[in-house]
Amino acid sequence: MNFPLPEFITVSAANPWTYVVFAVIGFAFGYTLEMSGFGDSRKLAAQFYFTEMTVLKVMFTAIVTAMVLLFGAVGLGILNFNQVWVNPTYLSSGILGGLIMGVGFIIGGFCPTTSLASASTGKIDGMLFMLGGFVGAYLFGETERFFTNWWNNAGYYGRVTLDQVFNLPLGVIVLLVVLMALFMFWGAEQLERIFGKKDLSKEPKIRVAGAGVLFAAAVVVVLIGSPSLEQKYNNLTFTRTETIEQLNADPIVNTITYTADQMLENRLVFITPAEAFKAKYDQGINPVYLDVRSEADYNLYHIEGAVNVPSERLEEVIPVLLSEPPANTVFMVMSNDETAAVAAWKLLSASSVPNVYILEGGVNNWIAFFGQDDPTLAVQPKPEAGDDELGYIFPVALGSQYESCSPNPIEYEDLEFVAKIKLQLKRDKSGGGCG
Amino acid sequence: MTTQTKKPLFPTSPKPFVHPYFGGMVLGVVLFLALLLTGNGLGSSGATSRFVTAVTDVFAPDHVDRTPYLLKMAGGDKNPLDDWIVPVYFGALFGGFASGLFNGRLKFETTKGPNISNRTRWLMSFLGGVIFLYGARMARGCTSGQALTGGTTLSAGSWVVMFAIFGGAYGLAYFVRKLWN
Repeated sequence: MNFPLPEFITVSAANPWTYVVFAVIGFAFGYTLEMSGFGDSRKLAAQFYFTEMTVLKVMFTAIVTAMVLLFGAVGLGILNFNQVWVNPTYLSSGILGGLIMGVGFIIGGFCPTTSLASASTGKIDGMLFMLGGFVGAYLFGETERFFTNWWNNAGYYGRVTLDQVFNLPLGVIVLLVVLMALFMFWGAEQLERIFGKKDLSKEPKIRVAGAGVLFAAAVVVVLIGSPSLEQKYNNLTFTRTETIEQLNADPIVNTITYTADQMLENRLVFITPAEAFKAKYDQGINPVYLDVRSEADYNLYHIEGAVNVPSERLEEVIPVLLSEPPANTVFMVMSNDETAAVAAWKLLSASSVPNVYILEGGVNNWIAFFGQDDPTLAVQPKPEAGDDELGYIFPVALGSQYESCSPNPIEYEDLEFVAKIKLQLKRDKSGGGCG
Repeated sequence: MTTQTKKPLFPTSPKPFVHPYFGGMVLGVVLFLALLLTGNGLGSSGATSRFVTAVTDVFAPDHVDRTPYLLKMAGGDKNPLDDWIVPVYFGALFGGFASGLFNGRLKFETTKGPNISNRTRWLMSFLGGVIFLYGARMARGCTSGQALTGGTTLSAGSWVVMFAIFGGAYGLAYFVRKLWN
């Protein structure tokens, strides 16, 4: 089974069970917070005077427990991490907002969710914090327009995880966070002994065993490592909508989830030469033509602006493709026919490069389509061309100097094609977390 | 006639809280299951924003359509309450209540430091709520959505937010110590 389950990713009235699932998750969340003592503001505030470090202990135990399980599941290929919401990084608004939250925390004695646990058990201060929260949220909505540009852009890095920041394998980061948490627990207990006059000998001994289990689990996560490319490829999912016209009624729109192999089978990632050409003049798309043929073939004939990355070197450029800044970049891979392009598509997609498409029929098809009206192109078809070989005989290597390498946009203004490109700008999930 | 002492259905005196490491472990499992099943973590402050926006949308839909932050949630025909975080919010309210019920902790009271009046505590908690939620919306998530969930998924920005929260609270703690000690 592939997690997360597609039917639970967003709540929708079409699937009322989703409300139940999220409500149960919320129920368990509120229950654990209350049973840990977070309905009492004194317990929360004590954290900041070192007398009782419950907040830190609960929070970091939760983080490391969930993290070890999460990345264990990712490593085993059960869970697709690309489908998990990772809070995007906005440094400036994150830091300022965080500091403001800290001020609210020490003055109010709660954070938003703990105030729910408090209010629901009858604590009047918890109810007032909740009430104040509505005012605060309202004020933010009304004032955001004065700094909307700063809020949306300052220090924006998108989906960045710590392994990318420190350039270390994910498993190693997991282990380091566990070690840091264990050290913090030890430090917290020392602080409680000094400031809170707590007798540590009364603490349950089993917590040491728990620390050992946690450490061992983190080591296992390191050993499992990251899923192989093949596993990642098998876990890929693509969503497409299908509109069925109805007689005398609104059309029915179905959302269908495809695996990568189904995308290839149904030819949903193959774009015609016409669409590939039109993409160049589409304001919403930043096209990158990736020519994965040999350099010799590329020199004989290629689409203007195409970048030559022979198949065997494709892996080296993946980091560059992943950091391609504009979110609307569409990569169109092409070979002479389709074999090498399909292999390239599999590799890039499995490596999480977004928006990769294949030129249908490859360069041969492009020449067949645009070359027929090209007086500069004097080539003979090559009847004995093998699979994925150039189907024409070129007497000279003129690269992209033929007219058909950059067809005239006015001449080819009206081209009919079934558009296959569907920009995947962000994950199709609305803000997660508290977003 | 025999006197029968009937055991009350729910405890009347408060039971002790669970050990922090145990509570954290259970919370961690809940968070993991949420991420595994739905791809979303935990949160609540987003729902606060959505409730306020829903009310605003009833009284001043034109205003919502002109306010950049609000129209993302409720512009045009969008229903601001159509989001996963809304059922999570109500679930958390009921979960807190249930735990209070089963552990004998349902009681109207005010939790405060020993040296301030109830009235001061009420004012401060209200003010704290205003400030906290303002910051939470600015940082795109609170202690649950950013620190807890983002911390788990190793989001770089969430770790920054987490340290900023603790930094802000520790930085001010000394100056407001009268509230709590």
